[in-house]
Amino acid sequence: MTRAHNTLTIFKREFKSYFESPVAYVFLVVFLILIGFLTFSANRFYERGIADLEPFFFWHPWVYLLLVPAATMGLWAEEHRTGTIELLFTMPITMTEAILGKFLAAWLFMVTATALTIPVIVPTVCILGDPDLTIIASGYIGSFLLAGACVSIGMLTSSFTRNQVISFVLSLLICLLLLLCGFDPVTSWFTGWAPQWIVNGIASLSLLPHYDSMHKGLFDLADVTYYASAIAFMIVATHLILNNRKS
Amino acid sequence: MPDGKKTRVEVRDLKKHFGHIEAVRGVSFKVSKGEVLGFLGPNGAGKSTTMRMITGFLPPSSGTALVGGHDIQTDPINAKKQIGYLPENAPGYGSMTVTAFLTFTGSIRGYCGSELTDRVNTAIKQCSLEDVQNQTISTLSKGYRQRSCFAQAILHDPAVLIMDEPTDGLDPNQKHVVREMIERMAAEKAIIISTHILEEVEAVCSRAIIIARGKIVANDTPDALKAMSSTGRLDEVFRTLTLEKEA
Repeated sequence: MTRAHNTLTIFKREFKSYFESPVAYVFLVVFLILIGFLTFSANRFYERGIADLEPFFFWHPWVYLLLVPAATMGLWAEEHRTGTIELLFTMPITMTEAILGKFLAAWLFMVTATALTIPVIVPTVCILGDPDLTIIASGYIGSFLLAGACVSIGMLTSSFTRNQVISFVLSLLICLLLLLCGFDPVTSWFTGWAPQWIVNGIASLSLLPHYDSMHKGLFDLADVTYYASAIAFMIVATHLILNNRKS
Repeated sequence: MPDGKKTRVEVRDLKKHFGHIEAVRGVSFKVSKGEVLGFLGPNGAGKSTTMRMITGFLPPSSGTALVGGHDIQTDPINAKKQIGYLPENAPGYGSMTVTAFLTFTGSIRGYCGSELTDRVNTAIKQCSLEDVQNQTISTLSKGYRQRSCFAQAILHDPAVLIMDEPTDGLDPNQKHVVREMIERMAAEKAIIISTHILEEVEAVCSRAIIIARGKIVANDTPDALKAMSSTGRLDEVFRTLTLEKEA
């Protein structure tokens, strides 16, 4: 009961703090413009003549790659820089409660950004044709989970340092590696010389294939488990790093 | 719970080393209700490190501290509930207003509803923050920032108040205000303040501990300490004890 209360208190503060400065609104606008441009212009949404959201969901990982690190870089770095971490961890809360609260706040912020596309893109595609709404739902769930995994990576790198720029660059790098190792052009380069099991092994680590299958409508519990484990792993790692930095 | 002698804080042989550097080398003392303990020492003597261990921010390398009878290592949540802590440099969340900041810390301390509002308002009044309560912390002067953080420390009416250089960087008027607040609360609480301003010790402390290179070199009332020198001046005693230790 109190555990949930503490996590909720941290969560609320963190989520509100996004909107305490204009940065959050700028962020949301940039996110929507970027994903709109990529979907409608770069991927020729109308010209394709197919009423589905394939060209829309295709871009999510790459937009997250750029914007999630920006949304998460301050989570712990700022606490370290300003010294509020000392206040936070001398309050009667556990570190896990603080980490979960912050993670959930940043995740909800990204989910909000993505969900803001629903009122535009879903009616549009419904007017154009007769899309399979379950595929769209599966795509959005996949996108939310992918955002969660990226957020947990961003939170981990934010716990490394008091410098937000370093956190941004590190999480961009880790997310990029985890995306690229499952990206078709990269995996096909591997298949040229490496045995298939190595290619599969590397690709299964990637954030991308699990998301790909979801936005194509293959909703598999294994993919959900993959994201849940990735998030859990990053949360445990954040805990270790924060503990280690204190002593 | 506090024993018959009303010992509120009991520090048992605290040690802390960072790599090869021994920051605190076996510190033990007790503080009872009604006492104001001045924690003196040159910069780098281990004052902040000791306070951070008592408040549960840093894990000690060995030894422990009991706060209100609760071991800070094995029962940190209950120990932390007894403590109000003002860290060095009075950190605060810059983007929050004073009221929002205090509401957040009050909420973490387990208050809600009208009780939370009452607590926040009382703390604001006690620290004379009425004029700035709706200003964000980043816009406050050093003195007000110090008082906001002080308000956070006394909001839950803690049995133990720990303050790390509470008057550092304040002008004489602001110092006076902080000292008055300490004096007002002295009877009901056990207070530990670290400082290197000797006049402050004479003004507010009932007992003083002098620490040098991680060890306690004196533990007595300010008057008894003064009597140790031929000139009867505290700074003389301070210099003799701490320089001896360093030599």
